[in-house]
Amino acid sequence: MIVSDLPVLIPLTFLVSALVVTLFGFWKERWGYPLAVLGTLLAVCLSLYGFFQVMDGSMMRYEVGGWAPPVGIEFVYDTLSAFIVLVINSVALIALIHSRVVGKTEFPGKRGGYYAVAMLLMFGFNGMVITGDLFNLYVFLEISSLSSYALIAIGDKKAPFAAFRYLLIGTVGGSLYLLGIGFLYVVTGTLNIIDMSAMLPQVIDNSAVIGGLILMVLGIGIKAALFPLHGWLPDSYTHASSTSSALIAPIGTKVAAYVVLRIMLYLFGDQLVDIGLPVTSIVGALAALGILYGSIMAMAQSELKKMLAYSSVSQIGYVIMGISLSNPFGFIGAVLHILNHALMKGTLFLVAGNLREREGHTNILKFDESYRKKYPWTMAAFTTAALSMVGIPPMAGFFSKWYLALGTIQNSNWLLLAVILISSLLNAVYFFRVLEKVYMRSSASESTSDTERQEVVPSMLWTTTIAAAALIIVGLFNASIVAVIQHMIPAGL
Amino acid sequence: MTRPVDSPIVVYGSRLLSPYIMLFGLYVIFHGHYSPGGGFQGGTLLAASLLLVRISSGSKIAQIQFSDMFTAPMAVVGVLIYFFTGLIAILAGGQYLNYELLPLGDMHGAELRYWGILFVEVGIGLTVMGILVSLYDNLVIGEDND
Amino acid sequence: MTDFLLGHYAYWFTILVLAVGLYGILVKRNLVKKTIGLSIFQAGIILFFVAISTKWNASVPIKVKGSHVSEAANFMNPLPQTLMLTAIVVGVATIGVALTLLIAIYKRYETLDEEELLEKFQ
Repeated sequence: MIVSDLPVLIPLTFLVSALVVTLFGFWKERWGYPLAVLGTLLAVCLSLYGFFQVMDGSMMRYEVGGWAPPVGIEFVYDTLSAFIVLVINSVALIALIHSRVVGKTEFPGKRGGYYAVAMLLMFGFNGMVITGDLFNLYVFLEISSLSSYALIAIGDKKAPFAAFRYLLIGTVGGSLYLLGIGFLYVVTGTLNIIDMSAMLPQVIDNSAVIGGLILMVLGIGIKAALFPLHGWLPDSYTHASSTSSALIAPIGTKVAAYVVLRIMLYLFGDQLVDIGLPVTSIVGALAALGILYGSIMAMAQSELKKMLAYSSVSQIGYVIMGISLSNPFGFIGAVLHILNHALMKGTLFLVAGNLREREGHTNILKFDESYRKKYPWTMAAFTTAALSMVGIPPMAGFFSKWYLALGTIQNSNWLLLAVILISSLLNAVYFFRVLEKVYMRSSASESTSDTERQEVVPSMLWTTTIAAAALIIVGLFNASIVAVIQHMIPAGL
Repeated sequence: MTRPVDSPIVVYGSRLLSPYIMLFGLYVIFHGHYSPGGGFQGGTLLAASLLLVRISSGSKIAQIQFSDMFTAPMAVVGVLIYFFTGLIAILAGGQYLNYELLPLGDMHGAELRYWGILFVEVGIGLTVMGILVSLYDNLVIGEDND
Repeated sequence: MTDFLLGHYAYWFTILVLAVGLYGILVKRNLVKKTIGLSIFQAGIILFFVAISTKWNASVPIKVKGSHVSEAANFMNPLPQTLMLTAIVVGVATIGVALTLLIAIYKRYETLDEEELLEKFQ
């Protein structure tokens, strides 16, 4: 019974956690944290179990309410969605465990509501990944978006304004996606992804299909912070509280990128070439511009969180670029980079949270040698993640870039290959700028009391180091992960 | 909005109307499974009846009618009704929200689907009402109430 | 040409409503007016979906005894309308969150004018 119901049980775990946290959290505020962690832990166990069920490339199709698709809503739990669900839930678990102290200092009195909204956010993300129905995806998209507006608004003084801007842009994005669904629904008469992909070849000449595809990619591109649509991202991530940015930054844009992948490679698949518009080349070019733009802007920032936010714009470009290559290497690179970037960005934002908790700021210009002496483990985690971002083997980040580079070579797209190489250099510039300050620059104050070890509390320290260690482990065992990803490659590729 | 309006006609008129709107809301919820209507529309009507009193008579009297302590829990209870309706169907061996397998007397097939959605509609109605009223309550926080 | 213009009048209205909403979001300086623009934008999309479900000489989609699949042309398509029911609920939730954020902004900065806000950030 349980195995066949897994696709629906994983998102529902978060829904029930949200309800339980709301009930108990309003009553006793401090119950919010343990209940949220417990719910996420349960979801991680379920998604781990589910991942082993479908990791051989099999697929579970779940008819919600007993209505057979395409009439009813269908949940599709295949290797790809199981993998993404496992990744986002694990990263969320790490970020939530980390939030115990942050919650007390950054949003006291609101913890009950905060964790309830965080659970709703995860409910939305899990639903987006698992659902096999385009409109259902829109509903989950809006659930996760509304929760993320609320989470971003809990932060420093400018946070509500950043969240409001995100709300304006994000809602327009969601609405454009909905309009795109309408276009496709008019010509195919179905909303089920698998059913629609079977019907598309017959109507591919219809201009409404092209319009629908453009509107959908545009709408989801806003959520994924695809290059010219990324305007909301830097402010939102910078001003949000440490936990919100550690929760949303690694997961939010990745899930949107996953939806782009589903639309482009599963829904349209090999129809993309017949559509009369070089969609893949345009998306690929935008991704390449985003990679360069994000890296250059990251170099100009003096605020660590803002630098990481711009680096997110650049990194999401890698994932989208891998999708736009539409060959097996690009696919492997994109999926592997979703995992790697979730871990890397998670680690980096957790480090930023640690520094904010101890120092009260994350201004790079104020970093010096004393940070290394005060927080040796936190800084070791930062260094690991930074090296991985640059793409130094055996860290995880190297391998996804490797597969992306192989993908560009297979397509003979030398321009994109150059972009990957240049961007790695730019990554090196802005991360070594921080590392140089932490390891080389002698501290301004020479007093010995200042440089004693002041590492953060265990709940924060352990999560940060485990996330960093995971980067090395993923890097070392990348061959077996790639072997699993090879089961996910859609048939037409 | 936190103080009653000056005109007694508005105050008493809205108090007179409120129970009837509420009754109509219940009618819309409980007839939603076989005619136009349902949880969303009915819940909105229930919320409208409460909001009418909140706007006209001020928060002090509105708290007696329906305290803002109950709005969020009521919304949670509504979703829990929805959730457990679905979960019972799983436990009975079907898919989530498959009403055909709800253990309700000796009904079968289409008849069970017909009645099963009623539970969900009641849950939705409670949630919509709780959420809309709590939205209003949260928006008027901070206005001077004397 | 005239047939094309008149035959698609629902879509022209949709485009008009979408444009009005987008104008409000982009040009208006007051954040509340931006929120209203957002609401109008969503209304345009609801209009589009209702328009695609409409048929001439068709009735409400309620099954009566003896009706058959072949008579589907006599009934409106209920699916886009149910989708829009959900979209309306999403829209209400969005406006709720937007107004909550506006209250938070107003409490901190005592203004909802975008340019005044940007000045106060400096």
